[in-house]
Amino acid sequence: MTLNKLLVAMMASVTLVGAAQAADLSIVSGDTGNGLAFLRSQLDKFEQQTGNKVTVVPMPSSTTDQFGQYRLWLAAGNADIDVYQTDVIWAPQLAEHFTDLTEAMKDVVGNHFPSIIESQTVDGKLVAMPAFTDAPALYYRKDLLEKYGKSVPTTWTELEATAKEIMDAERGAGASELWGFVFQGNAYEGLTCDALEWVVSNGGGQIIEADGTISINNEQAAAAIDRAAGWVGTIAPDGVLAYMEEESRGVWQLGNAVFMRNWPYAYALSNGDDSAVKGKFDVAPLPAGDGEGARSAATLGGWNMAVSKYSPDQDAAIELVKFLASEEVQKERAINQSNLPTIPALYEDKDVLAASPFMANWKAIFEQAVPRPSAPTKTNYNEVSSLFWSAVHDTLSGNGTAAENLEVLEADLNDLKGDAW
Amino acid sequence: MATDAMAPVATANVPKAKSELMQQRVRAARLFLIPMLVALAIVAGWPLLRSIYFSFTDATLNNLYGAEWIGFGNYLRWTVLESGTVRYRGVLADPDWWNAVWNTVRFAFWSVLWETVLGMIVALVLNAEFKGRGIVRAAILIPWAIPTIVSARMWSWMLNDQFGIINDLGMKLGLLAAPVAWTASADTAMTAVLIVDIWKTTPFMALLILAGLQMIPRDIYEAAAIDGVHPIKQFFRITLPLVRPALMVAIIFRVLDALRIFDLIYVLTPNSSATKTMSVLAQENLFQFNNFAEGSTQSTLLFLMIAIFTVLYIWLGRVNFDGGDR
Repeated sequence: MTLNKLLVAMMASVTLVGAAQAADLSIVSGDTGNGLAFLRSQLDKFEQQTGNKVTVVPMPSSTTDQFGQYRLWLAAGNADIDVYQTDVIWAPQLAEHFTDLTEAMKDVVGNHFPSIIESQTVDGKLVAMPAFTDAPALYYRKDLLEKYGKSVPTTWTELEATAKEIMDAERGAGASELWGFVFQGNAYEGLTCDALEWVVSNGGGQIIEADGTISINNEQAAAAIDRAAGWVGTIAPDGVLAYMEEESRGVWQLGNAVFMRNWPYAYALSNGDDSAVKGKFDVAPLPAGDGEGARSAATLGGWNMAVSKYSPDQDAAIELVKFLASEEVQKERAINQSNLPTIPALYEDKDVLAASPFMANWKAIFEQAVPRPSAPTKTNYNEVSSLFWSAVHDTLSGNGTAAENLEVLEADLNDLKGDAW
Repeated sequence: MATDAMAPVATANVPKAKSELMQQRVRAARLFLIPMLVALAIVAGWPLLRSIYFSFTDATLNNLYGAEWIGFGNYLRWTVLESGTVRYRGVLADPDWWNAVWNTVRFAFWSVLWETVLGMIVALVLNAEFKGRGIVRAAILIPWAIPTIVSARMWSWMLNDQFGIINDLGMKLGLLAAPVAWTASADTAMTAVLIVDIWKTTPFMALLILAGLQMIPRDIYEAAAIDGVHPIKQFFRITLPLVRPALMVAIIFRVLDALRIFDLIYVLTPNSSATKTMSVLAQENLFQFNNFAEGSTQSTLLFLMIAIFTVLYIWLGRVNFDGGDR
């Protein structure tokens, strides 16, 4: 009996001493395959440098699933997760559960794009540090455009015509599974991103403007969404209505699409050895619409690292966030993962440009980036986004015209808004 | 709920003239029940009461403990506009909610109907004597043994329009002219969900019915066969009435399960309004949106619907959980 007690006491003291010296951290990740392996390799470096141990807690790849889970954990004050990876739109919704990083990061925030730091600052509190930013582009098949003597489309009308012509000709030549254009048409956050681009690129506003005005119910927005509805079943497969990023990349990477709208992560993967389109593609800014105020538009994405207020190892967790947002890791990330850095200096870095030459162009795309209306709508953003993507998905599926659906959407948004967001 | 329903059954067996021994036994039985009741109160009763409480407040996930009581506002509230028009708000006036109710009822009806019919057929086959029956019985349970999330994910790839095996097979066999985007289109989404659910739960139904079939004495069939009764008539006159108690219990298990269907739809078609059920809608409001109170209201309504349905079913269907008709 006494021996047992002694053993228990010894073991307890060993764990206590261990905890004081090196922290046991947990970080969530919704990444898969290469992305997860990359994160692990960086964490290994961190472990070597600091002696802390970091465990990756895998999460579903759907950001909606991740958000629901995080919100639940944070509301319950869960102390098991120390560092959260957060989507750019989550800052206003989860701000109160994260540690203020202003003080800890004051030496490094100046290196990042000010607009990104601003997007992660809620009421003067720096909620999360950017790990990488994201802005989608138009992926196109160089070989097919050359074969048919076509230039890279700069408007959606050109894209439609080029896609249709190449698709019809190639199908006639036996490539029966080739499609003109794939994008993300499933009813989820990704469709909000895609549709926001269509609407903004057609001069139709940003759904909800920065001052909180609901602007979505206008003719140019309706025209942009109606045009996209026309793609389904013609230049895009019917199944695009259920596609997320990975499904569209699947079709593209098998060589079955002329154009794809996707995030930069697909660049490195499409150039992988197992890819059917390796070396046969390039990227360009997304096309513009043709209404008044039409321009190319890319939805601003990106992921950030936040420290849970409930983490028992605050200092170690902040250290980890600082490490993962550092120039060194962002450079590695840009080279290995083709993720866009949030540090402007890296866009001129020789090693980065050698590995991902396209990044030189991306600085321009990034400057055209449009934020989703997460700042003006505050804690209601997810519901706003869901109402928007449902209206768009209904239109794409042929349930009503864009004009009808946007009118209802406007009424719903007004109800949700009440007196103020 | 469950304990309330069981209590009268237990006391009904006590003779009127209570002997000392009988009273002692009842006391002992109560004592033995206490741990289970306490456990139920903690894991089922408390969360249920909390949900119901939250449905009368303005709680959000960021502010659970500072929630204020607002009465029935989440269920139904109205404002009279200056023009005199009355605007109704709240879950009971929300078309999305009624769409979800309708989806749930539709799903429960069709899935249970098909599972019962197919389960009965499978059970009848398995009830027959043939070589390798044990292996077949075990094999048929596999879909039921796979966790729903796994099978839903598996099916969502199989149903994919570009690389799904269902479309590939359909095209090669000439059954489909073009690949069908099963989970994407509003017309086929419910069918896709039903197919997966029926695939998964028919074995469960078959197992419960099989247990009922094996209780039927063989000599009744022998007697019927000697009298020259046609096998089909045997089924409707002997098998069906005798298996009815087991069947009724199996059906209610499945209906209760189907009314709160969540996982399958959440994986296959999470945001399609053609398949969104009450549970999916409640989850969305609880965790995705900033509407914890509204989600609690929907959960409470779902609970009430299931409770009312169960009571009606047991009462109208005269189901007796002891086995055998009342």
